[in-house]
Amino acid sequence: MESKGGGTEAHKYIWEGAIPLQIHLHESEITTLPAPPPAMILAPRIGYLPLLAQKVKPFFSNSLPPGVDTIWFEYNGLPLKWYIPTGVLFDLLCAEPERPWNLTVHFRGYPGNILTPCDSEDSVKWSFINSFKEAAYIINGNCKNVMNMSQSDQLELWRSIMDGDLDSYLRISSKLKFGILVDDFSIQLNISSPKSPESTQNADGTAPAKTGRIPVRLYVRTMNEDFDELEDAPVVESWDRISYINRPVQIHGDGKCFTLYDAVTKLLPEFFGEKLPPTDDVSKEEVEVEQRSSPEETNKSKTERSGEMLNEGIVSCSISDGAEIKLLRIQGIEPKMEIPFAWVVNNLMNPEYFLHICVYVKIQEPISI
Amino acid sequence: MTSSSWDGTITSTQFHNAASTFSEIWNNFDLGFPHWSWINFPNKPGFAATKLQGYLSLENMILPITTEEECVLAGIEDLTCSNEDSFDDTAILVQKDSKERHHYDFHVIYSSSFRVPVLYFRAYCSDGEPLAIEDLEKDFPAYTAQELAVCKWTFITREEHPYLNRPWYTLHPCGTSEWMKLLFSNEPSVVSQGGVAIEKYLTSWFSVVSPVFGFKIPLKFSTFMNCGNVATVI
Repeated sequence: MESKGGGTEAHKYIWEGAIPLQIHLHESEITTLPAPPPAMILAPRIGYLPLLAQKVKPFFSNSLPPGVDTIWFEYNGLPLKWYIPTGVLFDLLCAEPERPWNLTVHFRGYPGNILTPCDSEDSVKWSFINSFKEAAYIINGNCKNVMNMSQSDQLELWRSIMDGDLDSYLRISSKLKFGILVDDFSIQLNISSPKSPESTQNADGTAPAKTGRIPVRLYVRTMNEDFDELEDAPVVESWDRISYINRPVQIHGDGKCFTLYDAVTKLLPEFFGEKLPPTDDVSKEEVEVEQRSSPEETNKSKTERSGEMLNEGIVSCSISDGAEIKLLRIQGIEPKMEIPFAWVVNNLMNPEYFLHICVYVKIQEPISI
Repeated sequence: MTSSSWDGTITSTQFHNAASTFSEIWNNFDLGFPHWSWINFPNKPGFAATKLQGYLSLENMILPITTEEECVLAGIEDLTCSNEDSFDDTAILVQKDSKERHHYDFHVIYSSSFRVPVLYFRAYCSDGEPLAIEDLEKDFPAYTAQELAVCKWTFITREEHPYLNRPWYTLHPCGTSEWMKLLFSNEPSVVSQGGVAIEKYLTSWFSVVSPVFGFKIPLKFSTFMNCGNVATVI
């Protein structure tokens, strides 16, 4: 099922992936008796909630009070950020997948202090394009390819997301030469079976031009209480419980297979302070330093950095006291940590080239700061 | 690193260093503006990887008022009029007459994606009511308003504040490394030193960003920054 520049079986699954929603109109906006029944709608994983407005509105338009419509959704009292893909919201907020997912829709009283305004489909489109630009910058070191897209290509790209049209998406995105990154991974994928680790080295060595940076959007959901079963996970009452960060992961050719585990330790070193194998000292330092400095600089001030590393190590340990990663979810699945990160990125990323990783973390409430 | 090969970006550690120098000097000069301060955000999950524990903040800034001529130039006058047609509220008119000042909060946050500082800002009236982008436009100088009219979506965008998780405005950073590189490319002192001074990074950056809001770094401040005391070199 593989083809150049994407179109793997996993892509198909992701593009066809949808979450069954049962949408209720908020009681404060119901002006008719009997109350309108909930709307049952399939929401694409890679889509965004406001894009459902056309489908949702007919169910409730007769019941609404007079006024101007601005659609927004809420789950258990938490206003949902529309610029997070629907699938990610589901993975992040439903520890135990709830099907159908019961959401409340509002057409009035937009919570502008919590959510970025969303005036129309255009807001969603530009949010998507901005993410796309950011990903391009991370991958190529600039975003010229996205900036220089023709109006019609931009439109077609956006339409492909709206319609879930993978073929047309691949046609446009392959023009943007993101393929350089993805193709490298494909090569790596095809030739680097576990039997031949040296081929990985070759794949890395033949691609000196790319930045080696992977766009990752990390969602860290913290909870204080421990739980054994996912269904017992506490409800997210406020976005303060969730960190939402863009954090590129640097892959550099150190000759060994870079796994999802390696990526996660880079993203969240505070949770792995004590678990890194001591034999790996040198590569650990490289991994850590790489996050914030260019290779040239690394050579220059290695001693200085090592000093910092020591201090950081101590801090990490104290943070990681009693902290643990309970769950890591990407596109609705909990991938094994030993999977090559390249495979994860190539197959599970969203169409704007960001890999969205949801992490559930149990953390002690800080005693004093 | 020589400036010819330098791509205009900095690391988070360099940002932190530059930020503390920049704010120290700014605050010492007492320019009549509010002070910059470093806001610590320890133990926020996911931020340990960059060793960054916060951002630079200047709050409650009252912008210098743009002159009438500038407003007319930018065609803002027309916009204001058409907006006000629908209101017949004397209270609003009184407010306009007395030129109510808006308060601005500025945060400078390091972007791991773009590897440059990004300006986040929000604005509100004295009663705490936040300003919409249309209101912001009226505060900005003519050239900013023109820029906004041309590319509303790429110039100023609504983004979530990475630390506060609330909607703020940002100046989009996708061109920052390019123009930072340009700014430093003609600096003989920098080239002869064989590097780019970290301390100067934020001053230069701010000298480009601040005119967007109609205020400029006083000459004595930037002269001081440029003349020396720049021991640290990238």
